Amino acid sequence: MLGKLTLEALPLYSLVAASGALVTILGGVAAFILITWLRAWRYLWTEWLTSVDHKRIGVMYVILALIMLLRGFVDAIMMRAQQAIAMDNGGYLPPEHFDQIFSSHGTIMIFFMAMPFLTGLINIVVPLQIGSRDVAFPFLNSVSFWLTSAGAGLVLVSLVIGKFSTAGWTGYPPYSELEFSPGVGVDYWIWAVLISGIGTTLTGINFVVTILKRRAPGMTLMRMTPFTWTSLCASILMAFAFPALTVVCAMLALDRTLGMHFFTNANGGNMMNYPNLFWIWGHPEVYILVLPAFGIFSEVVSTFSRKRLFGYESLVYATAAIAILSFTVWLHHFFTMGASANVNAFFGAATMIIAVPTGVKVFNWLLTMYRGRIRFHPSMVWTLGFIVTFVIGGMTGVLLAMPPADYLMHNTTFLVAHFHNMLIPGALFGYFAGFMYWFPKVFGFALDEKWGMRSVWCWLVGFYLAFMPLYFLGFMAMPRRLERYEVPEWQPYLIVAFAGACLILLGMIMMGIQIFVSVRQRNKTRDLSGDPWHGRTLEWSTASPPPAYNFAVLPQVRELDALADMKTRGVAYDRPDRYEDIYLPRNSAVGIVLGGFAFLLGFAMIWHIWWLAAVCGLGLWVALAVRASDDDSEICLTAAEVAEIEDQRFELLATAPRLEDADDQVAFGTPLTERPT
Amino acid sequence: MAVGAALLGSGCDARHAVLLDPKGPIALAQRDLLFDAFCVMLIVVIPVFVMAFLFARRYRASNTKAAYTPNWSYSGRIDAVVWLIPAVIVVALGTLLWRTTHKLDPYRPIDTAVAPLEVQVVAQEWKWLFIYPEQGIAVVNQLAFPSGRPLSLRITSDTAMSSFYIPALGGQIYAMAGMETRLHLLADAPGTFTGRNTQYTGAGFPEQYFKAIATTPAEFDAWVAKARQAPAKLDAATYPALAARSTGHPVTFYSAFEPNLFQSIIAKYATHQAHDGHTSPDSPPRSSPNAR
Repeated sequence: MLGKLTLEALPLYSLVAASGALVTILGGVAAFILITWLRAWRYLWTEWLTSVDHKRIGVMYVILALIMLLRGFVDAIMMRAQQAIAMDNGGYLPPEHFDQIFSSHGTIMIFFMAMPFLTGLINIVVPLQIGSRDVAFPFLNSVSFWLTSAGAGLVLVSLVIGKFSTAGWTGYPPYSELEFSPGVGVDYWIWAVLISGIGTTLTGINFVVTILKRRAPGMTLMRMTPFTWTSLCASILMAFAFPALTVVCAMLALDRTLGMHFFTNANGGNMMNYPNLFWIWGHPEVYILVLPAFGIFSEVVSTFSRKRLFGYESLVYATAAIAILSFTVWLHHFFTMGASANVNAFFGAATMIIAVPTGVKVFNWLLTMYRGRIRFHPSMVWTLGFIVTFVIGGMTGVLLAMPPADYLMHNTTFLVAHFHNMLIPGALFGYFAGFMYWFPKVFGFALDEKWGMRSVWCWLVGFYLAFMPLYFLGFMAMPRRLERYEVPEWQPYLIVAFAGACLILLGMIMMGIQIFVSVRQRNKTRDLSGDPWHGRTLEWSTASPPPAYNFAVLPQVRELDALADMKTRGVAYDRPDRYEDIYLPRNSAVGIVLGGFAFLLGFAMIWHIWWLAAVCGLGLWVALAVRASDDDSEICLTAAEVAEIEDQRFELLATAPRLEDADDQVAFGTPLTERPT
Repeated sequence: MAVGAALLGSGCDARHAVLLDPKGPIALAQRDLLFDAFCVMLIVVIPVFVMAFLFARRYRASNTKAAYTPNWSYSGRIDAVVWLIPAVIVVALGTLLWRTTHKLDPYRPIDTAVAPLEVQVVAQEWKWLFIYPEQGIAVVNQLAFPSGRPLSLRITSDTAMSSFYIPALGGQIYAMAGMETRLHLLADAPGTFTGRNTQYTGAGFPEQYFKAIATTPAEFDAWVAKARQAPAKLDAATYPALAARSTGHPVTFYSAFEPNLFQSIIAKYATHQAHDGHTSPDSPPRSSPNAR
């Protein structure tokens, strides 16, 4: 009846694992009680869980990302603690537990922290930046979100029922095959990645179409904001790269579930096909994570330097070049698999070429600061921290791109240090910068800058402490994924790295305090104008938070930096003569229902509960059919209703400080809290 | 190069930093490549550091004396420099990369007058088996060879994909079941180095290391003689027991092994197809598992 699922699946094999499960359960129960106590179930259901509004979906993505960041970070600090003490002893974690942790850390951070974070920011910001009322396919957007959540749910459930994979976040066969990993761990990994990957493919398609087809009148491609450009490129990469991941996971699932032999050691399997397919997705994925962050840095550096972005066209071409080249370098992840010198040299050289457009971007950001008026908002400090730290990662990346040097450092902690050095400053710092930058747009009040600044510095210093020792350990030839070791010289570096992780923890706590403090003082930091930073792009021309329809009248775009141009012409806050009826997509429960079925389907496949899998498969089709036959999927907001909402907005605007004057030094550079309101 | 060494080495003791203190020509060439590339890249990296610091300081909002040009957003000359300098560096590094990748191809025999010593390497769960076809002996978890004589390694796996690595002597290569990969290494002088698997293969992975001992020729002969005295032999009956899962396996000598043991380990998996690797003009063709 329950397939392979028995009571033995409970994590009672170690105290640490059991308490991890307990914390997960308690977290769920606490959330349930809190929502019930606040009597918020109905509100949550009608306003959020069934919402197809891109802003709401974006916020849910970011919340998912922050929850998973916490979980992924707990994994990280547990690993650092284990390695700091496990010199010639077993530490406090048994191997089968440590090995699950390094696998879940990578899986969570890439698929369920970084991906939802950037997808959330794209969701919130891109439609606003292109002057659109929504994404091209609002319902599909909701489905994408719930599929991603279903995948994240499977990873969380693996903490309580059964064990997670020990095959690393890359799940290389033949180790991940039944022969070496007979448990359900790898199946958890496969189904979590498979289900969320389909969601991401759909997101990619959605945003390619949104950006290409839903731009406001006058917004040509070369008038799009840098963030929209990088989002477009990232979305194209999502749509083209993620299917490779889905296929390779499905093949591994066929091997494991139906006894096929795609990647097995024997019977005609070829394990070398797996790294190829995996990294054909995996390398573009790096740029899916990093490009949107590059876009955020571009917005932030221009806004807070109070200056036009230097070399916009150059930046656009660099972005496109990176996106195309990202498909030509996958083999550099396995130079040590025995390919010929010609093959290795080709992929090494291709990898180096990517450094050129990336370098161009760095100089463009620096030249944007040149002769600007830089305000050190936390977002700007994230950006500066990124620029300086990222070039170090870029440099070690070029070192690893040289096959002979890679032979020496592959699979060592040097590699671990390198990719964290790219993804923490290059992606996460960018998301944080975006989070703090666009927060007032979404919630209508700004985040506290003092606590934000403290968080940045803890993260930045913590990052150096945590990862510079790993570079040195790489020179000492320490392999990655070691649960214990016998070389005493490694230990001091690992202790420093642990201290770095603790400092990062402090940074996360400060970010929590920042949110708490900001919510408490929200009445003092209200963003009445909708434009707290003297922004240059369209998202700042609408109210904070924006109305459901974003723009009562679609903006007419004449230039790059559309809002800055409107402000210069003095038309940014003109009241339109008349309003029109606006049709908005109706909320739908089908998205969350599909996500729920996908989650159960994954769970059933993992535990071989075939009847449940069949029921869920059927449920998915029925839910889709119900949705497909729903002809009443829009609601109409009449012109009068729009006028009412807009009148309130203009009343608020009248009380807000005027920001139209480009030389308004008073508003600029003064913390929001001290502004007259 | 000296600058690179100083920068890379500061903060970590070179004696423990195996990669910075190579013991053979291959590892040395690989490290030098690392240093060369590092130094070339400083041409870009240092200006970034300087500009980030200077611009952030000089153009801070409170410094109203600094120039402010809000609409300045392009300069063709600067744009050209910004594209060209990294491009030139990449062309230079790319040329270096192409040359060294061919020169340091792990499949390429080392150019010396001395005939190489051939050793067959098998990754097992979780240990390394070394088979010496010329000497007729086999050893678990110890690799001895005369310094100054190139090591010609043929590598396969009798378990999950592993990676064979002796950092003091040079870079690694994967060991895969049903396939043979190659690695050529050379030690300048006698010494003892650590070798390991770097590709995670399960709970016993942290203990999958061994001593690689570069000896004098006389010591090597003595070592071989000692191995030949060992009572144990590797044959169809004893091999499966050795290949079974074990951690911290002691160094074990076998005075004999079944003929074609290495080829039979490969053939066990390669039943249907040969995964033939590359054949480059300057290295001997890679043997096809089926052909043997």
